Amino acid sequence: MKTVFEKPKSLSNVPLHYCPGCTHGIVHRLVAEAVDELGIEGKTIGVAPVGCAVLIYEYYNFDMAQAAHGRAPAVATGIKRADPNNIVFTYQGDGDLASIGMAETVHAAARGENITIIFINNTIYGMTGGQMAPTSLPGQVTQTSPYGRNPSLCGYPIKVCEMLATLDGPEYLERVSVHNVKFVRSAKKAIKKAFENQVNNKGFSLIEVLSTCTTNWGLAPTAALKWLEEKMLPYYPVGVYKDRSKVQ
Amino acid sequence: MSDKVLMKGNEAIAEAAIAAGCRHYFGYPITPQNEIGAYMSKRMPKVGGVFLQAESEVAAINMVYGVAGAGKRVMTSSSSPGISLKAEGISYAAGADLPAVIVNIQRGGPGLGGIQPSQADYFQAVKGGGHGDYKLIVLAPASVQEMASLTVKAFELADRYLTPVMILSDGTLGQMMEPVSLDFPQQQVFEKPWALTGTKCARPKNVVNSLHLVAEKLEQKILARYERYKAAEQNEVMCEEYLMDDAEICVVGFGISSRVARSAVNAARAKGIKVGLIRPVTLWPFPDAALKAAAKKVKAFICVECSMGQMIEDVKLATEFSKPIHLVCRSGGVIPSPEEVVGKIEELMINDK
Ligand SMILES: Cc1ncc(C[n+]2csc(CCOP(=O)(O)OP(=O)(O)O)c2C)c(N)n1
Repeated sequence: MKTVFEKPKSLSNVPLHYCPGCTHGIVHRLVAEAVDELGIEGKTIGVAPVGCAVLIYEYYNFDMAQAAHGRAPAVATGIKRADPNNIVFTYQGDGDLASIGMAETVHAAARGENITIIFINNTIYGMTGGQMAPTSLPGQVTQTSPYGRNPSLCGYPIKVCEMLATLDGPEYLERVSVHNVKFVRSAKKAIKKAFENQVNNKGFSLIEVLSTCTTNWGLAPTAALKWLEEKMLPYYPVGVYKDRSKVQ
Repeated sequence: MSDKVLMKGNEAIAEAAIAAGCRHYFGYPITPQNEIGAYMSKRMPKVGGVFLQAESEVAAINMVYGVAGAGKRVMTSSSSPGISLKAEGISYAAGADLPAVIVNIQRGGPGLGGIQPSQADYFQAVKGGGHGDYKLIVLAPASVQEMASLTVKAFELADRYLTPVMILSDGTLGQMMEPVSLDFPQQQVFEKPWALTGTKCARPKNVVNSLHLVAEKLEQKILARYERYKAAEQNEVMCEEYLMDDAEICVVGFGISSRVARSAVNAARAKGIKVGLIRPVTLWPFPDAALKAAAKKVKAFICVECSMGQMIEDVKLATEFSKPIHLVCRSGGVIPSPEEVVGKIEELMINDK
């Protein structure tokens, strides 16, 4: 019998704790598939964020560190510098990466640190109950923007890929989405490339993944996917923001 | 006899770290410890090591967390305001049982304070600094030689007890020059089967982590850590006793203050006053036993500190308030003079009559 679909080797048997309709699980799987396909499971070390994905260290079979809130790129820098042969990645939410950890993010990118960052942009602080994130959309209602995010009071969302693309350091920056199969497929390609770059010592790669937060958006799974497509895609266009391999 | 070289205390720390096998250093510039970063930036590339100027002390301590998690010897250094920023990372490293060496070349505080030498971060170093139930092993050198030898010792203690170790020094010791021998005993190699080295698909995964959502499990982790602290208390206390045999007054001071205290003890002895010195070298674990024993013999203690009096609280606890304890201190970056200490000694002798 031919196997057509199975659980990636890099994924452990621990059941995921995410809410129904949350896309963290999809992205966890895409990372595991990329690691498996590149045959790097034995030398991959992941860094967990503080956020809904904090327990990600339970879900992989490779070595994992858990970092303080926002500090994952610095921790990854240390792990990578300790043994540059290992493949080191962080997995971070928007509060973790683009608010409290912005300095660590920008400087890891500016250094061209040879690590891979998977950045989950769900426009909200999931774990703490749905507060406004640096990526919350104008007008978006959250626990701490109950009248809708008002840019004149709290500024505008941060477009991480666009911002990092102004730096010379990064090798590869792409924004993807996982709201339908077609997008999941291109997300997979981007994530795999981000790991492959590190294997080939090319430097800093970051993949921003537009994701859902059903619970804190207050939407059912399908409605959340629709919200992502209709509200997030126009503000956060998917695409490659930097790819040094394409620049002659 | 080994050759001695003339070095600044800060440089001695850096060179000793390299001698101890440290090949990773992360730091952010701050006076009065910049000689450490400058030295490391020159030396590390020559020994195949990594020097990285981090974007902040927060980033530096988290890079330390990464290297320590990967099982390698690693150091960061800073001065008071920067140590406050590192507090979060130190707590995480303690919570993940990671060995690392953190150097604090103290300056006056609080806030931006000043850049003159101080000992006002004593509480921060020995009573916590970061959040949660943890201790740091804290070493207080009093000479450039000890800046070097205690740095080597710090790496050993960190690996043995799986804990961050702090070198608590100050701007004077950091910047003054003294002859130092860089001959150190052979380093013991510590196995680190828990480290993040990649599974090589040959062992179950390792996780470096301080999160335990089940309260009883977190408590178990803390209890296991406190067992190691207990062992450190039993095995690692270091202190120096000077002219204590017949002493009627015991002066207590660490680091730069102990040098002032020693001069004062010598001056008072020259006047025929029976006075001695106890110099804690480990600030945690604190030399409780030596102080308790002294309390049985002496009439009074005098603590000398470059702060408003912080170590004095530990002296009070160690001696169980059994004898009067006086304080000679200056703060804000001022160092008390030997004369001020002698003055206090004489005052006590007169009052005693
Ligand atoms: C220093 C610190 N501040 C605040 C928190 C509380 N906290 C935990 S998760 C989180 C936000 C996470 O949001 P995000 O990074 O967007 O990830 P998500 O949960 O949405 O996946 C916050 C503020 C913390 N753990 N540590």
